[in-house]
Amino acid sequence: MLTTRISKIKFGILSPDEIRKMSVTTIVSTEVYDNDGMPIDGGVMDRRMGAIEPGETCPVCGNTRENCPGHFGHLELAKPVFHVAFTKYILMYLKATCSNCGRIKIPESEREEFLKLLRDLEDLKLTHLKRRLHEYIRRKAASTTTCPHCGAPSLDIKLEKPHSFYVKTETGLRKLTPSEVRKHLEKIPDDDVRLLGGDPRDARPEWMVLTVLPVPPKQVRPSVTLETGIRSEDDLTHKLVDIIRVNNRLKEHLESGAPEAIIEEEWELLQYHITTYFDNEVSGIPVARHRSGKVLKGLAQRLKGKEGRFRGDLRGKRVDFSSRTVISPDPNLSINEVGVPEEVAKILTIPERVTPWNIDLLRRLVLNGPDKWPGANYIIRPDGRKISLKYVDRKATAESLEPGFIVERHLLDGDIVLFNRQPSLHRISVMAHVVRVLPYKTFRLNLLVCPPYNADFDGDEMNLHVPQSEEARAEARLLMLVEKHILTPRYGGPIIGGLQDYVSGAYLLTVKSTILTKDKVVKLLASTGYKGPLPEPAILKPREYWTGKQLVSLFLPKDFNYRRVSKIGSASVLRCIDEDCPHDSIVIIRNGILLEGVIDKNSIGREEPENIVHWLIKEYGEDVGRLFMDKVYKMFITMCEMHGFTMSYDHLTVSEDAKKVIYSIIENKKEEVSELLKLYRERRLVARPGKTLEETLEDEIIDTLSKKLLDEVADVLTQYFALTNPVVIMARTGARGNPVNLTQMTGLLGQQTVRGKRLTRGYMGRMLPHFKPGDLGAEARGFIAKGFVDGLGPLELFFHTAAGREGLIDTAVRTSQSGYMQRRLINALQDLKVHYDGSVRTTSEEIVQLLYGEDGVDPAKSDHGKSVNIDRIIEKYVHG
Amino acid sequence: MIALEEQELKSVEDILEKIKPYVTAQIYIELSKKLREAVKKCNLKTEDVEKIAWEVVKRYHSAFIEPGEAVGTVTAQSLGEPSTQMTLRVFHYAGVREYNVTLGLPRLIEIVDAKKKPETPIMEIYLVDEIKQDLEKVKEVARRIECVYVENVTQELSIDYSSGVVVLKLDPEMLSDKDVTVEDVVDVLSKLEIGSIEVSSENPHEILINISEEYLDPFKMEKLKNMILQAYIKGIKGIKKTIIQRRGDEYVIVAEGSNLEEVMHVPGVDWRRVYTNDIHEIRRVLGIEAARAAIIKEIKNTLDDQGLDVDLRHIMLLADMMTWTGHIRQVGRMGIAGEKPSVLAKATFETTVQKLVESAVTGEEDSLAGVTENIIIGQLPPVGTGIVKVYMKLPLLESSEKGEE
Repeated sequence: MLTTRISKIKFGILSPDEIRKMSVTTIVSTEVYDNDGMPIDGGVMDRRMGAIEPGETCPVCGNTRENCPGHFGHLELAKPVFHVAFTKYILMYLKATCSNCGRIKIPESEREEFLKLLRDLEDLKLTHLKRRLHEYIRRKAASTTTCPHCGAPSLDIKLEKPHSFYVKTETGLRKLTPSEVRKHLEKIPDDDVRLLGGDPRDARPEWMVLTVLPVPPKQVRPSVTLETGIRSEDDLTHKLVDIIRVNNRLKEHLESGAPEAIIEEEWELLQYHITTYFDNEVSGIPVARHRSGKVLKGLAQRLKGKEGRFRGDLRGKRVDFSSRTVISPDPNLSINEVGVPEEVAKILTIPERVTPWNIDLLRRLVLNGPDKWPGANYIIRPDGRKISLKYVDRKATAESLEPGFIVERHLLDGDIVLFNRQPSLHRISVMAHVVRVLPYKTFRLNLLVCPPYNADFDGDEMNLHVPQSEEARAEARLLMLVEKHILTPRYGGPIIGGLQDYVSGAYLLTVKSTILTKDKVVKLLASTGYKGPLPEPAILKPREYWTGKQLVSLFLPKDFNYRRVSKIGSASVLRCIDEDCPHDSIVIIRNGILLEGVIDKNSIGREEPENIVHWLIKEYGEDVGRLFMDKVYKMFITMCEMHGFTMSYDHLTVSEDAKKVIYSIIENKKEEVSELLKLYRERRLVARPGKTLEETLEDEIIDTLSKKLLDEVADVLTQYFALTNPVVIMARTGARGNPVNLTQMTGLLGQQTVRGKRLTRGYMGRMLPHFKPGDLGAEARGFIAKGFVDGLGPLELFFHTAAGREGLIDTAVRTSQSGYMQRRLINALQDLKVHYDGSVRTTSEEIVQLLYGEDGVDPAKSDHGKSVNIDRIIEKYVHG
Repeated sequence: MIALEEQELKSVEDILEKIKPYVTAQIYIELSKKLREAVKKCNLKTEDVEKIAWEVVKRYHSAFIEPGEAVGTVTAQSLGEPSTQMTLRVFHYAGVREYNVTLGLPRLIEIVDAKKKPETPIMEIYLVDEIKQDLEKVKEVARRIECVYVENVTQELSIDYSSGVVVLKLDPEMLSDKDVTVEDVVDVLSKLEIGSIEVSSENPHEILINISEEYLDPFKMEKLKNMILQAYIKGIKGIKKTIIQRRGDEYVIVAEGSNLEEVMHVPGVDWRRVYTNDIHEIRRVLGIEAARAAIIKEIKNTLDDQGLDVDLRHIMLLADMMTWTGHIRQVGRMGIAGEKPSVLAKATFETTVQKLVESAVTGEEDSLAGVTENIIIGQLPPVGTGIVKVYMKLPLLESSEKGEE
């Protein structure tokens, strides 16, 4: 397909001639419609300015409303008027040039030099320097007081925003009329305009003072007919009518020779209307309002801001062939699949060209029609005619199908689609999935792809887009498929991985104490779809038993090696020093056999670089990685289901003995605090350097009550919790929660803080009226000595919510801040790309990096940042 | 046996020499070290060594980034996405309760914004080998660095409005701590020329100032008080506080406030290792390359502190983009985004109307080379697979089409 490409866009100012030339009519009348409701010729809704009504043909281009692009009209202004947006630049021109001869106030010889320099800079494309030169010339010319060309003294011109120019005379300030200003600007020679940064061909300075106003086509300002039959016009149309009214009045006054003052007044009013037409947020003048009091939208308001033309319509476009619905989980899908409801599949279509190889299938689809899946909605004949299959004899149409036709068929299993969840913070927020049409009304996805989308199922919705061209589909399949993004460019490791039950299940399956009967082994393997012989049982007598490690080994490539400390090994009590360790916390896989170690978050978790999936993908490819995820991870949850995994109140209670130990620790700490308070009251407390006594006291108390205390209690609790306790399993394996959560449930919540300080605000000298003013004790300032299992008292609950609220506010503030930062980062960096020589350059081909990242390596293809993992290569040969 | 091993190592050397042109210096060094170890420990055969070496080359080359890759966007996303997980709070500096240091998202935004002064400037002052382990000497250097104002050694300041006498009670402890004598204070105060100064006869730590006529205006009293308290005694301006920390086998001075140039000149300070978190100051004193390194280091530290994993290449690209012009440019309207050559790209970001008007007046052209511009006009942006072009002459195509007919 050959398409014309726009190669560049030139910006400039419309000249009066140009405005008249592109206009199809001059607008003279304030009347818009006649009595029959037909637009009046010469009014703002003149028929020649574009066909927008259904069935209307444009008298200018002969098109109907689908194809008529709209045509400009124009309005001859009775007197020239400033264009608000340009006043800043008008002032610059007025100041830099002589009001007498119109030439730039720079001596001839220097002027020549600057011109030459400017041309050189232009040839060298040094735009930055050019801009600085213009700036220099402007300042130099403006500061010269007598014209070097005609010797006239220069006038002191002031701009009073938004659009009043004054000249300083002996008698005071004299206002300059737009006509005067325009005359001055007309006198500036082309070369001088160039010196001041202008463009004499496309942006003559005098064009900044309007003599003719272009009237935009009707397409830009469509009128809406309400059900009551009343026409409601666009803001711009209203504004244009105002302008015409004042303009006509001004014209009449001029013709009848009205007094100067009246003309002045009308002229000023015309200026006001034109100003607010362009920009209704100009400071210094009242905003133009609708009769109802609603603020009118000027042209500038249409472009500006998030919902403006640029950010709202041009950069963010609406698309067809997309859909959105609630998501729900389905562990039976592959990670690269998406379950699409049949109802959605019947609406989203793919254009497929009829060939001898697919004609039978497509005939069947056409026969099914739009209402029965799998069917088709439209066919497009070679002559370009599109036929809806809803209202035709489908049998005949199916018969008439021939190679060359295009059938817009329903979405089928195996089609490729793009799947997205907002906020789209990184590229893995949009990935390609393979369609699986399923019953019910939600999109279904594998749980393992939740992390990259940051999705959960509490009502989240996601979007689905169907690529329509062959190129788009090919790129989606080759570049965007889920398995291509398991390794993220953010840190060169897997971002997709197991969490929660996957991790618990992996632990339960591979822990030493798990031995499985044949029955269970078969059940587990069946869930993965494994076909092949069972391994030799690990225990033969009295019955045959298999270990979970054996099952995992079945799915590992035969020459795969891996060694890493488990997550459970991060706790000191379970740490392993070497291979011969009872805790089983070093995972060792040699030649594809899981020799020892329990699999947990460190080996299969998400955002865990250098885990099993990472090496599988790096060394055996994405498909091996994906299949491992599909099968083995499935086995992990099956294990979780078989074993039964739950937590209850009982799992969090500890013996009375343990309670006593904890109480004594807490009592000790409280004792310490009262000791500190006593020291403080007796002024014996030593202030820390740079702190007052009060601050020191607070610091000491927080140190005593927060971290240290919780750690101590946690140490006690670990002795009472066994690794068979599901809560402990979750915390230790990294499935959910952490040891601190555990202590807070069973032990105590500890000191509640807001902004790192104890709770103080509330009543004078106390937080709640239940305390004595000035009470600095632990309980009065938000210390909670109870855990969630014990239950909180009313005051304690209040303290807890106060601290909890801080976190909520924090999140709310953070999202907006980081969102803005990311928008700026994207905007600053988006045009950088790697060129064929490996360098990173900007759009103007300026080199930012000679070799990307100093070694030319793609972070996504790196090994957690390293360009090559030499250890693993050597290891392969040493052991192999 | 030993001879054999030597021979082995020699052949390793030869192999390494062969692959040297194909890998980076870093990989080469690591590979040679690890290969030698492996040969010694595991008796690797020469052919295996060769295989390993070439596999390293192959792996390195297959990890190359593809031409057209939109590395800028990837960088922005890789930094932006984790920043949503950051905390806003200000944390304490490396276990020292005395200091607060801006961390997390606010610090990241500060760096990216290229703020003229960091909210919490901090210096790390390392000392020369001779004194770095001697606590007393380190303290001495710290005293020389720390900026002392009259305020810092004052216990109380009272003004007797009727007699026009200001009584300044000095804190003897602070005096000795900061190594300042009463005479020093008197000297400094006399330079202010606000009246006659004498040390109280009753208390050697009390200074009496008889305010001269012109300052006796009650409205000026507040100003006068500030003048006295803010009088500079000694030290390096900008350094508010110092703390001595033990790091490994040496003492390090951590200073609140920053003045890189002057601190580097203080005798006893190891100027090679002095560090500040003020990026602009680093640029002024050490140049743009150092500023780039500082940006990288600061961003990396901020992210590491929050436990966020981001590839260094992204941070380097951002730092390069901020510094390659020779000046530090902020990420945003006033910096990188504002200096883009494209009108449409600038108009899309912020201040839409101003940018359009400016480009109209100057008759600017947009060559539509960037991403945004092409999105706007509905064309394929020239990044990624969009950089691929087919160089086929049009007439050729037409004739082939005709041939088919």
